[in-house]
Amino acid sequence: MKYYSEDHEWVEIHGEEATIGISEYAAKQLGDITYVELPSEDDDFIVGDTLGVVESVKAASDIYSPVSGTVVMINDALEDEPNLINESPEDKGWLCKLTNIDTSELDDMMNADAYEKYLKELS
Amino acid sequence: MKLIFSISRSGREGSSIPKSDVPEVNAIPQQFRRKKPAELPEVSEQEVIRHFTALSRKNMGVDTNFYPLGSCTMKYNPKFHERIAALPGFAELHPLLPQLRHGGVLTQGALAVIYEAERILSELLGFSACTMQPLAGAHGELTGCMLIAAYHKDCKDEKRKIMLIPDAAHGTNPASAAVAGFETVEIASDSEGNVDLEDLKKHLGPEVAGLMLTCPNTLGLFDRNVKEICRLVHEAGGLCYCDGANFNAIIGRIRPGDLGFDVMHVNLHKTFSTPHGGGGPGSGPVGVAEKLVPYLPVSRVAKRSDGTYALEYDYPDSIGYIAPFYGNFGIILRAYAYMLTLGKEGFRRVSENAVLNANYIRCRLSPYYDQKYDRFSMHECVFSATRQVAKGVHALDIAKALIDRGYHPPTIYFPMIVPEALMIEPTETESKDTIDSFIEAMIEIAQMTETNAEQIQQAPLTTPVKRMDETRAARSPVVADLGCPEM
Amino acid sequence: MPYIANTEADVREMFKTIGCDSFEQMWEKAQINFPPPSLDSLHSGLSEYEVVRHLNELAARNATQLVNFLGAGYYDHIIPAAVGEITGRSEFYTAYTPYQPEASQGTLQVIYEYQSMICRLTGLFVANASLYDGGTALFEAMMMAGRITRRRQAVISEAVSPIFRRMIECYSSNLDIELIQVPSGTDDSAQQRLMEAITENTACVIVQYPNVFGTIEAWEDVTAHAHAKGALAVCSCYPIALAVLTPPGEMGFDIVTGEGQSIGIPLSFGGPYLGFMATTEKYMRKMPGRICGRTVDLDGKDGFVLTLQTREQHIRRAAAMSNICSNENLCALTALVYLCCMGKQGLIDVAELCAAKAAFARGEILKIDGVKPVGGEAFFNEFVISLPVDAAEVVGKMIDKGFAAGFPLGRYYPDRKNQLLIAVTEKRTREEIKALANALEAVL
Repeated sequence: MKYYSEDHEWVEIHGEEATIGISEYAAKQLGDITYVELPSEDDDFIVGDTLGVVESVKAASDIYSPVSGTVVMINDALEDEPNLINESPEDKGWLCKLTNIDTSELDDMMNADAYEKYLKELS
Repeated sequence: MKLIFSISRSGREGSSIPKSDVPEVNAIPQQFRRKKPAELPEVSEQEVIRHFTALSRKNMGVDTNFYPLGSCTMKYNPKFHERIAALPGFAELHPLLPQLRHGGVLTQGALAVIYEAERILSELLGFSACTMQPLAGAHGELTGCMLIAAYHKDCKDEKRKIMLIPDAAHGTNPASAAVAGFETVEIASDSEGNVDLEDLKKHLGPEVAGLMLTCPNTLGLFDRNVKEICRLVHEAGGLCYCDGANFNAIIGRIRPGDLGFDVMHVNLHKTFSTPHGGGGPGSGPVGVAEKLVPYLPVSRVAKRSDGTYALEYDYPDSIGYIAPFYGNFGIILRAYAYMLTLGKEGFRRVSENAVLNANYIRCRLSPYYDQKYDRFSMHECVFSATRQVAKGVHALDIAKALIDRGYHPPTIYFPMIVPEALMIEPTETESKDTIDSFIEAMIEIAQMTETNAEQIQQAPLTTPVKRMDETRAARSPVVADLGCPEM
Repeated sequence: MPYIANTEADVREMFKTIGCDSFEQMWEKAQINFPPPSLDSLHSGLSEYEVVRHLNELAARNATQLVNFLGAGYYDHIIPAAVGEITGRSEFYTAYTPYQPEASQGTLQVIYEYQSMICRLTGLFVANASLYDGGTALFEAMMMAGRITRRRQAVISEAVSPIFRRMIECYSSNLDIELIQVPSGTDDSAQQRLMEAITENTACVIVQYPNVFGTIEAWEDVTAHAHAKGALAVCSCYPIALAVLTPPGEMGFDIVTGEGQSIGIPLSFGGPYLGFMATTEKYMRKMPGRICGRTVDLDGKDGFVLTLQTREQHIRRAAAMSNICSNENLCALTALVYLCCMGKQGLIDVAELCAAKAAFARGEILKIDGVKPVGGEAFFNEFVISLPVDAAEVVGKMIDKGFAAGFPLGRYYPDRKNQLLIAVTEKRTREEIKALANALEAVL
């Protein structure tokens, strides 16, 4: 099950872990991604903290952690291939995985249908 | 074009250095010596000259092309200024000399330049005093923010940690406020491009240190509420900072100090005609109202009753040392020459003609390009390429098409609150004929957008390089030729 | 009036287009509804000839015929005429920031070559397009170290230029930064004290190379210790000295800055100067200031652009790496052309000359009764001597004899009241050095 935030991050829950990324819409808005600043493993975040930064030539966009947790894995591939976010934002372009999550925080997020509706309202 | 390193040949020498007239000694102990020489090029002087002359030809400058780069005031740089700055009496003067005993008397000419430039600038800005020390516009902003912080600290009002900044502001404003230790809060603009007074009132309070306002603003508009804005900020206990990047629009006509501002920087490389140098050095003197004078940086140049000049340091409330010495003296000197040439009548003619030229462009181009704020402008006019975007031509494409037509493009995509912005600042030094030709080029591009958008999208075609792959540059940065593979 | 091209006829025609009859009406349309200021205290405009005459007179009131042994970070080196020829080309000096790369390849390639030159001198991987001066560059390096380590404490040696340190103190006064200044002393234990001051809270240790007293030190132990504590090592250096000294990059420094005045830029009473900065690949994206990068155009042709701009204020605003917007571009060009003119061997020759002449001068001066050496034998082109009397007074007397004999350290170091810092460059001749020693002997 995938959840979306108003800031265009997505979270997918697999057992104890939450995988985090930015939505296809956000990736498109940013254009060609040139660099991704990722957190370090074992970093703790609470919801709304700046987890990382995604950059294009003319923009830098903070990524806010949509849920609280501890980083267990980062997507190393983005270091050499930041364009994975453009090519596959909601799959291969994931940013990091968190553990120690509080699933109740997901209640404040949108499901895919609600997010699609939200995007329509934006445009 | 080849890098200077690639024309280097082992053993070739370009330098002419005196032979040693002292005993040969190995003065530097061996353990501190570098093992391999730094890989500087080995080239003849002629090769150096040819290389850099060829590079210079790949540039557009004010002396080669009309350069209406908005908010940068690319006016003509009088040539005799360069000769004055090169006079040995100025160029070879060591800055520590006046700090030596009996040294002050040997730098009277240089101190007089700083003192007089300060005096003239204070009069033009309507302030009690100026410091010439800030080394650039953004450095002036930082100095101004630090003065505001020092004032509140002295008033035992240190909770004032917030700097209000309109959304139209240049990026240096929030960045400078942040470097000075402030939090920044953005204030909205209203539908006419002025500060939204309601939004301002909502944000004023006991934690607000001040407001940084560009006057005229970054849209090239004079905010008719500016006195009211200053009054509101003062009423709430804050101070008003004027970003003087656009001072060319009002020089000799409006003194920001008279409007209620407390502190302001100007860019000598804009309004006072010092060369932009391809991106610097600039100079950003700061003027202040009476209440901020005690906090100005040290040292200060004072005139004694006997007519001599001296450096003074005894200002216990001063923020301290923001520059190594007295500012970018070589730049201050050029600006002083410009001030002397213009004189009291000349300053106002600058702003009159700058504003006239900009509005002339605005009126003649308004049938072809949209304006987000359709108002009489100051020294620059801002169009929005929205009509052209509908045909697939962006502000960037228009800029590139202008290059092919022999014009340096206007500023594009700034201010951020104007979509597809094209910000045109002709300055007062351009003739109507030049401006007319530029207008014709802009009209031609607008018409071509309707008929042959593709050709505009491909521009420029006449330049040493075509459009550059900026994504590649940022993704895998190649930022130096290190010359030695093992590094 | 000069510099305004519009004729009265032009103005009339343009008024018609914009719908005005007069400038006053124009101002009203621009919503300026108050009278102009009087500007009574200002003079009337002068002609070019009159301004030149006036400024010639002022220039003549500055003494530049003093034999100069004054340095303290700002040096009187030979500048080849070729340097001024290039920087005087108006295609360079009347251009602005290379926002439009197609119209600015000249400036961009200059920046790229300058960055490369700074890397080659310092032994680091990446340099920016320059900062205002050596002092602001050192402050920026300290802030950068804070960003990287997320720590708020800096340990700085008191053998770093006091001119730079008081700037850093000034900029830090409203920031949540703890500055720990470690006394330099005259003994060998200064490095030990510096290392003891570095803790797990330290963002960086800041030193100068050669230090403000001219002394050359090996810094490997200090940089290694800093790294072991999770701190960065920052230094400010003298670029001419780097022609012969171990590059700071090889000693483990993470950020190297310096004042670039000595490489081709006139003293010009304090500016414009050149702050340079270089760092390792790892920290490239945390560095402030413009950076030029090499890339290709649509046809695959090599060229240059400003890059990594997301670090800068025009994109990141309050969260930018710095508020700096410009660079000291013309000064960077000056330094680049100077380094090209000098070349690989020429810069070494200049550095060796400086060092040999300084050694000779020190030897001559130490022959004077009552003059004692301060510090060790390892110095570049500047050294400290101790006089039997107040050095400031001696310098005053020497000025009357036609010498800028050096910088009296008591101004910044109260415990060094009798000490004089003497700089010798390749410009000084054997005769001038001997004359200095003779004059010094006479005034003591």
